Amino acid sequence: MLQSIGLLPLFAAATLAFAVLMYVVMDGTDLGVGILFFATPDATQRAMMVDSILPVWDANETWLVLGGGGLIAMFPLAYSVFLSALYPVFFALLMALIFRGMAIEFRENAAERRKRWWDAAMLSGSLVSAFCQGVLLGSLIQGIHFARDEYAGGLWDWLTPFTVFCGIGLVIGYGWLGACWLIWRTEGELSRRARRLALLLATATALATLGVAAWTPLLNLSYLVRWFGTGNRWHAVVVALAYLVIAIGFLHAWGKHRQFAPLLMALAWFVLSFFCVLATLFPLMLPPALSVRDAAAPDSTLSFVLSGSAVLIPAIVCYSSFSFWVFRGKVKPQAQLTEQ
Amino acid sequence: MDEAHIANLIARSQFGFTISMHIVLAALSIGLANYLMVLEGLWIWRKRQTYIDLYNYWLKIFALTVAVGVVSGVLMEYQFGTNWSAFATKTGAVVGPMMMYEVVVAFFLESGFIGVMLYGMSKVGKRLHFAATACVALGSLFSAFWILSANSWMQTPAGYSIGKDGRFVPINWWAIVFNPSFPYRFAHMTLAAFLATAFLVGGVGAWHLLRNHRNPHARLMLSMALWMATFVAPLQLLVGDQHGENTLAYQQQKVAAIEGAWDPRRPGSGQPLVLFAVPDMKERTNHLELAIPRAASLYLRHNLTGTISSLKEFPPADIPPAPIIFFAFRVMVGLGLLMIAVGIASVVLRRRRSLYDARWLLHTMVALSPAGFVAMLAGWVVTEVGRQPYTVYGLLRTINGSSPIPLRAVAWSAASIVAVYAVVFGIGFVYLLRIVAKPPHAKESGPHPTLASEMSGGRRSSDSGRP
Ligand code: HDD
Ligand code: HEM
Ligand code: HEM
Repeated sequence: MLQSIGLLPLFAAATLAFAVLMYVVMDGTDLGVGILFFATPDATQRAMMVDSILPVWDANETWLVLGGGGLIAMFPLAYSVFLSALYPVFFALLMALIFRGMAIEFRENAAERRKRWWDAAMLSGSLVSAFCQGVLLGSLIQGIHFARDEYAGGLWDWLTPFTVFCGIGLVIGYGWLGACWLIWRTEGELSRRARRLALLLATATALATLGVAAWTPLLNLSYLVRWFGTGNRWHAVVVALAYLVIAIGFLHAWGKHRQFAPLLMALAWFVLSFFCVLATLFPLMLPPALSVRDAAAPDSTLSFVLSGSAVLIPAIVCYSSFSFWVFRGKVKPQAQLTEQ
Repeated sequence: MDEAHIANLIARSQFGFTISMHIVLAALSIGLANYLMVLEGLWIWRKRQTYIDLYNYWLKIFALTVAVGVVSGVLMEYQFGTNWSAFATKTGAVVGPMMMYEVVVAFFLESGFIGVMLYGMSKVGKRLHFAATACVALGSLFSAFWILSANSWMQTPAGYSIGKDGRFVPINWWAIVFNPSFPYRFAHMTLAAFLATAFLVGGVGAWHLLRNHRNPHARLMLSMALWMATFVAPLQLLVGDQHGENTLAYQQQKVAAIEGAWDPRRPGSGQPLVLFAVPDMKERTNHLELAIPRAASLYLRHNLTGTISSLKEFPPADIPPAPIIFFAFRVMVGLGLLMIAVGIASVVLRRRRSLYDARWLLHTMVALSPAGFVAMLAGWVVTEVGRQPYTVYGLLRTINGSSPIPLRAVAWSAASIVAVYAVVFGIGFVYLLRIVAKPPHAKESGPHPTLASEMSGGRRSSDSGRP
């Protein structure tokens, strides 16, 4: 199977998948922090939550841009079809991201009594972004119809119970990531509350993951064969065991009041889920008909893009880590700072 | 007009609107990043507190600009798929990699170091912090490099072939990236970003000097801005002239529209310089024309007899909407000449040692503070509208680039984008005005002072320049 796809499209797909995965875990966490505004009425705590993501959110959001840029560069056909098929969803996502970004940055400049508005923008922006991203994922799994190089469905084809379920599931999952982030980056009441929420959200995320896993094979025969066909059944068993190990790891870390380990486990859960989605779809790019091979740009494009990315993306990972390292440590409430 | 044409028109307006908002922020971040780099460099070198005060003063604006710039850029990146999917399918293999490199090379430099630049002074020390500022400045120029290369390729396509499926296939990347109009566009746009920022900084400085003409920070702002006007504005005229020469070689309709040239001229009769006119697309002529005979030959052909192709020599379906181009060009060049005049005046005043007391100059500078941005937008209108009716010049018509999206969806999304932008950019603009309305002072603090001081662990670090 690998030979028939060709090495360049395969690397291209891997690069793209890496960018999307990075986006999901990095900005997913930021969106999760925003989602948790709904459970945090206290203004000081909200300020701390924003402060904890302020220095990193736009670097994190840039992985989304890399995903978009990578998609149009390496898979122009998939880019065109996917974006026009999900026109309203992408539109809502982009608007929500605008509000979220502005809420983070403008908060500082806003008068005290206006902060409430930016908090509302932060919460709704994060919620809608997360939901839309879940819908995008669901639509991808569900499949997109196209003919003659163009999207051939209607404006609302994406709207089904499955995609809505995926949307809600991702909101919950991001909330879990956000709660684990706050355990790590904050202290006091906020951190304690985050810890309580993390357990609740972890349970909900596990249920949502189970739901998606059970629903997906019903959507497409090839998915069913991939996971439960004769000779393939051990795939499902291995994956289930891996989920179990992560779940136990999380519970253990939670019980021992660890700071960083819960986040690590939550991230591992997302990485594993992401690979399950890839394994389900591969070698298709846009099910049911567009394969990675057929969607790929000409080799002259792929080699141009990949030769640069091979150097640059590792470099990016290095200094993003540097940036994270500079801003490590606990965020303190602002009142405490001004007293000092 | 049928539904598809209307949808196409709305998508075009939406693109023009969103890119115009984006490019203002992009130009301001390119300009400010480089200005900040110079300020911090001078501070490290000369050790004068004024420099770092100004650094922190403009850093607040920079933080605001970048945040809005990033979110408006994300929209740009996805708009090609939502509204222009046929265009994206056909040209993605060529334009896509350049857009991707823009992100990879530049924005990661930018976003990766921007946290350090904004909040990390007391964490990493002076030199590393300066390095971060320099990386951000360099990154902003790289982003302009790649995106302008993509845009220039659409203006003067090179290094490609066209496949059986009608898609562009890259053949020679060197020829694609360094396509014929790119060097000119890159130079002209970079200078435009510097000039636009300089006039904004100078305007703010002048405004504060009108209130307190002793403020040393405001004096430094005004003086630095006027040096830019003195040296860069004339340079911009030269580069613009070369840019025009290049356009004449590749896009004759555009230059004909710029010059308001409708009728073919007898060889040797020279090209008139049309100072004012009202071009009329229907009657294919100018009304109220005021022209100097042969003058345009001077800068177009470097003699008094040369002529250019005129609009009537092309089929009506192949020429761009001339009036828009004609007026936008005159706005740009008019403002450019005004900037040169201000630069010359400032040299005279400096020699008389009355730069900060000439109130007329201060008033002029306040009035000109948005001039660079207006000139830049006008220039882009010339470029992009002048390329019509093509998106990829001569090869792909704009009308053939649309997505298969029903009119109501396109209209609905365009209307909400305008509404959202009005709110977000409006509020951002108010905050910007609020920041620059306060005079810069000694021990100026940077953006998010609480976060910045927290990052230093509450420790007071006098050499960091933060309070
Ligand atoms: C501060 C901004 C600014 C100023 C003062 C000028 N320009 Fe400009 N001009 C631009 C900012 C700009 C721009 C926005 O950056 C454009 C749009 C695309 C480009 O490459 O540069 C542009 C385009 C542009 C074009 C169109 C090229 C094409 O589309 O193929 C020409 C012929 C000129 N310029 C010429 C000039 C001349 C002769 C100027 C005399 C002073 C001048 N510009 C001042
Ligand atoms: C890589 C950079 C750019 C690309 C790929 C690009 C591409 C496009 C596309 C696809 C359109 C849609 C309509 C058409 O095909 O003409 C367009 C139109 C337009 N663009 Fe650009 N553009 C770029 C840069 C810019 C910049 C920097 C500006 C500055 C403001 C700009 C201003 C406009 C305007 C005003 C229109 C509407 C023109 C009309 O339809 O009459 N563009 N461009
Ligand atoms: C259609 C054309 C364009 C697209 C698709 C585009 C895309 C983007 C994106 C995605 C970002 C945010 C990246 C991040 O997350 O940091 C961005 C920001 C930026 N863009 Fe654009 N861009 C376009 C046109 C331009 C042009 C013409 C210029 C300059 C000549 C430019 C210069 C910048 C700069 C300097 C930034 C940094 C953000 C800021 O500080 O404002 N862009 N652009």
